[in-house]
Amino acid sequence: MHTRLRLYILVILIMGFGIGLILYKHFALGFPLLPDDKKSVWTIEARINFVARGDPVVVSFALPPQTPDIVFMKEDFASPDYGFSEVISPTGRRAEWSKRTANGPQTAYYRLSLYETEQIVSAQITDDLPPEPEKPEFDEVIKTAAITLLEQVHGRSANTEIFTRELIATLNSKTPSQNQSLLLNEKSGEDYKTYLIINLLAMEGISARIVRGLYLEDGRRRQSLINFVEVYIGGQWLLFNQNSGVHGKPENFLIWQRGDQSLLDVVGGKNSQISFAIIKNVHSTRNLVVRDGMNKQAGLVDFSIYSLPIEQQNAFKMILLLPIGALIVVIMRLLIGIRTSGTFMPILIALALIQTTLLTGIIIFLTVVGIGLLIRSYLSRLNLLFVARISAVIIVVIAIIASISIISNKIGLDQAMTVTFFPMIILSWTIERMSVLWEEDGPREVFIQGSGSLLTAVIAYLFMTNRTVEYLSFNFPELMLVNLALILVLGQYTGYRLSELYRFHSLERRNVSGKR
Amino acid sequence: MFLASARKLRSLGIIGMNQRNFGLISRYNPRHLYPLVDDKLKTKLLAQKAGITVPKLLGTVQYQHDVKLLKELLCPHDQFVIKPVKGSGGKGILVIIEHDHNLYFKPSGDSIQLVDIERHVSNILSGLHSLGGKPDTVMIESLIQLDPVFSDYSYEGIPDIRIIVFRGYPIMAMLRLTTHVSDGKANLHQGAVGVGIDVGSGKALHAVQYGNTISHHPDTRKTFSELTVPHWDKLLQLAAACYEMTGLGYLGADLVLDRDRGLMIIELNARPGLAIQVANFAGLAPRVAVIEALKIIDPDPQLRAAFSKIHFAVDADAHPLRHLRTRSDDP
Repeated sequence: MHTRLRLYILVILIMGFGIGLILYKHFALGFPLLPDDKKSVWTIEARINFVARGDPVVVSFALPPQTPDIVFMKEDFASPDYGFSEVISPTGRRAEWSKRTANGPQTAYYRLSLYETEQIVSAQITDDLPPEPEKPEFDEVIKTAAITLLEQVHGRSANTEIFTRELIATLNSKTPSQNQSLLLNEKSGEDYKTYLIINLLAMEGISARIVRGLYLEDGRRRQSLINFVEVYIGGQWLLFNQNSGVHGKPENFLIWQRGDQSLLDVVGGKNSQISFAIIKNVHSTRNLVVRDGMNKQAGLVDFSIYSLPIEQQNAFKMILLLPIGALIVVIMRLLIGIRTSGTFMPILIALALIQTTLLTGIIIFLTVVGIGLLIRSYLSRLNLLFVARISAVIIVVIAIIASISIISNKIGLDQAMTVTFFPMIILSWTIERMSVLWEEDGPREVFIQGSGSLLTAVIAYLFMTNRTVEYLSFNFPELMLVNLALILVLGQYTGYRLSELYRFHSLERRNVSGKR
Repeated sequence: MFLASARKLRSLGIIGMNQRNFGLISRYNPRHLYPLVDDKLKTKLLAQKAGITVPKLLGTVQYQHDVKLLKELLCPHDQFVIKPVKGSGGKGILVIIEHDHNLYFKPSGDSIQLVDIERHVSNILSGLHSLGGKPDTVMIESLIQLDPVFSDYSYEGIPDIRIIVFRGYPIMAMLRLTTHVSDGKANLHQGAVGVGIDVGSGKALHAVQYGNTISHHPDTRKTFSELTVPHWDKLLQLAAACYEMTGLGYLGADLVLDRDRGLMIIELNARPGLAIQVANFAGLAPRVAVIEALKIIDPDPQLRAAFSKIHFAVDADAHPLRHLRTRSDDP
């Protein structure tokens, strides 16, 4: 009882550890469970133009804040001959370019690549509490209009959130009342509208601030930032579209700057302009996560196969598939009861099939083993010592494979060329064993074991070349632990093999018919 | 239906390969005892020491260069058997029944030459038939003479009796009859006939070839219903004594009846197969359970054989299925 209990505890531990690591990598590090998982990577380029007056120049530019749901892959700052520094102030990050003297048109670039993660971000506890809203100073006429409008809206709303939405909707209505027209005079731009909304809210004692952001759309050029209004309601900031009153952050909208600070300050220049260009690229999520993990030195990624040179990584891609093949062999032999020649020969054949592709591989295997058996039966008549004979078979096998390669090359099939890696010793040993089997147990047994090996190899091949299996085994090596636990459990299986249900089926009939 | 239901087989007590490996072989056969039965020379010595008759050893060949001495070695013998010492499952056994100058005749009537024998011996020495391909030794034994009792049931070969001995108790028996398709070999998967033998009486119960029930020997057309193995008590005692000889808890003893020298042990097997269940139309598990339930193993092989005769006779009352240790674990 004890040994079995110990084994099951071990199995549970191994499996739990393996699955735990997989879940950790998936949920905490963001490794996708499927190979086709793709993410959009946005590259945003901000281009700042101004004309320098020949004085010292300082360009200060607000940079987007880093939030947990967005990963900044790369930030570039480019502008010839300028000194550059990144300044972190309480109001956010800013880029500062500076130069002693400059004259004429100048350009500075800021380029950012980012992607959004699907990590579960815990509800943000807002630490930036709003200041007490300042009562705006309007002249009498406008103030009256504002009060009237606020009263109207107030009557139609039940809480602050609805109030805000209604206020924005009313200001944007297509058939403006006199009050609205007065408040939004003709020359009103986006910024004017934003500040009007903030001021109107302030009159009601509600804190609000301006938010500038960018719609991420592929291939857009000469974009500018869009204004939103963020309102402090019930202990958190809510984002409102100032043109529709809709609440919430739109999809693919990057918040660039919050609050009153200027977006761009140019000292020593004039006519400053800023424009954005956006490009979308699609990358595999796995690559992004691995790169991110390497940058952050996440232990699990840093101390992993990814840290090896590419060549070794490729070798491991193959090696990590072996346990999958082993599991298939265990299942086929212990549960199904398929007879194979040699315990793990099927895995080696499967590895060879991976290199040659399935159909070519099977044809080559059958050809080589077939011809080999013929030649081997001739060799057995030559009265050779055993070791010499199997060595002769190896040479014959090499000769056969060489001829297949040459012939297929002449015909123009390149697949057969990869056959050079087909494990020769394995093939020779197979031929020798099959030949002995033929002499001792007859062709039937050769057929059974040969096709058993090939069938197992093909099934192992199908699993080992499955994209998902390949992806999982390489990116989640801890799957090996799960595999190990499964094999440990299967090693305990003392029930019947499927083949034995066939082997003993006559017994059942006999006993059913009433004897004993 | 081509497949039996697993539950049905379990209720019949049929033991499968996994259960045999896990519950019988690895539990009752300590590894260090394997060489005693895997090496047939050692088995022969053990048997001789225990006073059990074995086929006479005519000579051995251990080195490749001694293969040249074969002609001289074989010269005085008309009949002999060449075997690999570490062979298993009857592999590599060459039987010669007649010797005429340079020609040697197999039981099937085919003739071979000395060079063929030399090649066969050289293959054995290289480890072709041994477990794991280890270098092997060849032994040449005297040929067993067919007992007339079996002359109607045997074709081109000598039948042998396989008895499964569990912790010293013979629990199941089977007579293996050679046929033309089996090339004179008593190997079931090569087409030999397996006849289940009643442990209680030595009488034939059922016969199968390739897993199918048959009522007559395919070559001699003799019906099995009249077949009784002679000297049955002695056979059971001999098999039971193999437990003391080897210490193996689960073993298959292969015995033969020689016309001139009587009962003999030809081979012991630490991993006996499961075909015996098909030949007997009975599972091993209930019988294993009876023995596992015993508190003490009787030290006297004769008493053990007597116990088996009573408990495993076909006409004995059906045993209730007991809890099997092979399926669960030791307390």
